[in-house]
Formats: sequence, C-alpha cells, structure tokens
Amino acid sequence: MSSSVNVIALKSILHKEIHRFMRIWIQTLVPPAITISLYFVIFGELIGSRIGEMGGFDYMSFIVPGLIMMSVITNSYSNVASSFYSAKWQHNIEEMLVAPVPNWVIVAGYVGGGMARGILVGLIVTLVSLFFVDIQIHNIWVIILTVCLTSATFSLGGLINAIFASSFDDISIIPTFILTPLTYLGGVFYSISLLPEFWQGVSQANPIVYMVNAFRYGFLGITDVSLTIAFSVLGVFIVTLYTLAMVLITKGVGLRT
Amino acid sequence: MRKALEISNLKKIYKGGFEALKGIDLTVDEGDFFALLGPNGAGKSTSIGIITSLVNKTSGSVSVFGKNIDTELEAAKTFIGLVPQEFNFNQFESLMTILVNQAGYYGVDRKTAYQRAEKYLKQLDLWDKRDNASRMLSGGMKRRLMIARALMHEPKILILDEPTAGVDIELRRSMWEFLKELNQQGITIILTTHYLEEAEMLCRNIAIIDKGIIVKNTDMKSLLASLNVETFILDLDSNDVADHSSITLTGFTSRLVGESTLEVDIDKSQTMNQIFTQLTDLGINVKSMRNKSNRLEELFVNMINQSQDAVEEK
Repeated sequence: MSSSVNVIALKSILHKEIHRFMRIWIQTLVPPAITISLYFVIFGELIGSRIGEMGGFDYMSFIVPGLIMMSVITNSYSNVASSFYSAKWQHNIEEMLVAPVPNWVIVAGYVGGGMARGILVGLIVTLVSLFFVDIQIHNIWVIILTVCLTSATFSLGGLINAIFASSFDDISIIPTFILTPLTYLGGVFYSISLLPEFWQGVSQANPIVYMVNAFRYGFLGITDVSLTIAFSVLGVFIVTLYTLAMVLITKGVGLRT
Repeated sequence: MRKALEISNLKKIYKGGFEALKGIDLTVDEGDFFALLGPNGAGKSTSIGIITSLVNKTSGSVSVFGKNIDTELEAAKTFIGLVPQEFNFNQFESLMTILVNQAGYYGVDRKTAYQRAEKYLKQLDLWDKRDNASRMLSGGMKRRLMIARALMHEPKILILDEPTAGVDIELRRSMWEFLKELNQQGITIILTTHYLEEAEMLCRNIAIIDKGIIVKNTDMKSLLASLNVETFILDLDSNDVADHSSITLTGFTSRLVGESTLEVDIDKSQTMNQIFTQLTDLGINVKSMRNKSNRLEELFVNMINQSQDAVEEK
C-alpha cells in the first residue's frame, strides 16, 4: 500500500483510540488526578515533612517525578490492554484485520493511543502537583525523551498482554501482580542508594528503576543510575516488545483461527 | 470475463483436527450474484474467513481479482467488502464514527468518508441514527449498518454471510432490492444464507457445500431444472369430499393430509390441468392451491442427503 494510505489508516486508528479515552474521561483522566493528589497529601504533606530531605531535595520534590512516571506507566499500559482486548472481545478488531492495514500500522496506532493517554495523564498529574510543590526542570529533553520511550514501552507491553488475553481477568493480572510491585519498588518513593547493597543489586534488575531515575534527572538533575544505561534499557525493551508484538499479530495469535 | 474470485484446493484443518474444508475449488465471475449454500458447519463461514484473512488456511490458494492472498494480501483486501454473520462493530461508537474510521483503514480521506457515510446511511435509512451509539440500534438496523460499513471503501466484491438472519420479511425484501441495485452497478456479490428463497430470488449461480466439500456448483436455472418432482397442496371444498377414500388421481401420487387437504406430487411431464380435470370429474372443487415447500429447499435437502449417503458408503 502507498505511504499516504498507511498514514490515513494510522490517523484513523489514532483518532479512534484518542476518541475512546476522551469519551470516557471520567474513567480515564480523572482517577489519576485524584490518586496523585492523595499521594501528595499523604506522602508529601503529612509523612514527607517528617522524612526530611532525600537526594538533597525536600521529600515532596523528590517524589513528584516518580509519581508522574507511575501515572504514565499505568495509563499507557492499561489503555492499550483494555482497548485492544475490548476490540478482540467485541470482534471489532476484525474491522482492521479485513482491511489492507499493515500490521506495523495497527501496532503503531494502538501504541500511539496508549502514549497519548499516558502523556496526557502525565501532564494532568504535573499540573496537579503544581498545587503542592514548585517544579524545577533540569533538562527538558531528558524529560520528553524518557516519558515518550517509557509510555511506548508500556503501551507495547499492554498490547502483548491483550493479544494473549482470553478474558478481562487476564488484562488485570500483570498490572496487579507485576507492574504495581515493580513500580512501588522502582525508586518512586525512595533513592535506591538508601537500600542495603544486596537490595541495590536486586533493584538494578527492575527496569522501572531506570525510567524513574532518568525522569527524575530531567527534573532535579539527580539519578541513582547512568542515563546511558537507562536509555539503553528503554531501547532494548522497545525493540524486543515491538518485535514480539509484530510476530504475534502477523501469526494471528489470539486474532485468527 | 474476469474472475472475481478463484479458490483452488482450499483446505482448512482446525486445531484439534476438525477438517472444515477438504479441498474446495470455486470460481466466481466478475459481476456475478453468487450463493454459497450449506447447512450449519458445512464450511461456508470458514471459506469466507479465509478469503477475508480472518482465518488462516491450511493449504490451497485464493485469488481476488487476480491478487493471490499469499503474495498480494493487502491488494486483495482492497477489493473485498465483508458483511459478517455476527455484529462486530464497537457497540459504544456512533454510526458515523464507525463508518468514517472503517473508510480510513482503507486509506479513504475523512472528507470523502463523511460524504460516503451520508450517502449509505441515507440509502439504508439510518441517517437519523447517525449520532446514536450502535448498541441502541435494532437488529435489522445493525445488519444495515454492517452493509454500509462494508461499502465505505467501494469494494468490487461484496461478501455477505447470512445478511438477513433475524430480519423481518419487509426489511429482508428491501435489503434484497438494495443488493440487486448494487449488483446492477457492477459489484460482484457472494451470499451465504439459510433462506433458500433468498438465493433463488437473487442469485444467478450457486454452490452447495456440505462437510467441507462442494457437492454442486452450477447456475441457478440448471439447478432448479434438475428438480423432477414438485408437491402441491390443494384445499378442497369440504362439502364435496364426502368419502375420503374415493379420491384417487390416475397417474399421480396423492394423499389426503386432512379432512379436505390433498397433497399431489407432479413430475415435469405432467400438467396441473390433468389434476383439475380428474377432480372436476369427481365433482370436487378446489378452493385454493399452494406449493408445499420451496423448490430449492427440496433440492437442497436431497443433495445434502445424497452427500451424506456417499460419505457413509465410503
């Protein structure tokens, strides 16, 4: 197919995906703002004032990048997982499968939709955080690059989860039992340098540590890990997950009999 | 004449070993109105699934307007519009959104897509519902929405998998008219249906499939001509039928199925006049008369039975 046809198809999928989460904004955009406000009130105002400084910054400033990143991760993943599985469940994924849409366009469309929601929620959470703390920006490009790559990574993860899922339960298992523990143990609320040496080593196996730290570097200029390693980890994840998603869709796993 | 669809030795074995298609061959000419008939589980939907790439074939080849789905799948897809058996649109999206997005997947720009959506929604009497969520539609409206969606990229071949299932008679007839118009405009139409009357009314050519094998592939006229015997039901004036056992029609097989209802089998060499003459001689008046069953249905049942007998003999 010509590139212009593919561009129109990609725009249509993106339009459909963005329209979907905007139509149900009370379910998709409001809850993260409320959740993050509670985090700020409890961990920032009430408990944070007793914790003191972390990494040379007051606790509230320290946790803001991690909380924004947590929202981006959760929303990117759940957007694609629920949208793609819902399309499978209602069989309207067949609208795309019978059309001359290349598989990479389907992947890009859904991942783009997940990124759009993740980044929009990230912006909303950032705006909410301005009510609680003055945000400083150390390097805007690191912030943009990290948030884009992270949302792409977890959108791809959500897509693969949805491809394998055969019930709505299957798209909540990974967020509940894998994603949430990894996020909470990913240095959102603490610097991993505070951990005993053994647990520091264990934490380095958690990919979310690299994403949170790279993002925190963009705001505060501090990080527990090397930025080069952080972006390399993101790059490897994106290439691996994209390749897996393409193989699965091309084979028709969960889509074609 | 160009071939709209060419299927050669197509086989499908599902996981678990069920052999849904056992090597079918089928050709549909451009501009044809073609019926694919068969009982449940015969392989109709599997065939359509493979043509539209929703089902992976085990072996064989499929070409749509010369484009092989193994080597030129995307080009082949551009020719096909599919109306599936089950409702498969997003229940929460509006009709207009569904149609415009579907056109987009085929590379139709949004301005053109809105124009086409308006055209087809009006033609299919859905324009007033354009902003409603599709789940709010009645069953018949949902069927028409799927037809509109299949037409959005202006396909050259329209495949309809039981499009009038669950649709009332009036709406079914209006859909038939719409499909006839599409066919007259040059769109090749392939139809699967359980309503044999539908195939007889609409289609020029027909294939009957059973247990994954094409048992008959011919034109509708030849098929109907091969029907030797038809059964008619005569409602007799009850006042004239004093003694039931006395009604015997020479040269015909007949039977009384009620106090004043007579079933008569008539083969091609016989005429209705011969029956009326004999009944008049017996002093019996005929109040009304009708076909016992759809002709095609009778033929279809016979063929399926023959096919099953052949399988059992093997």
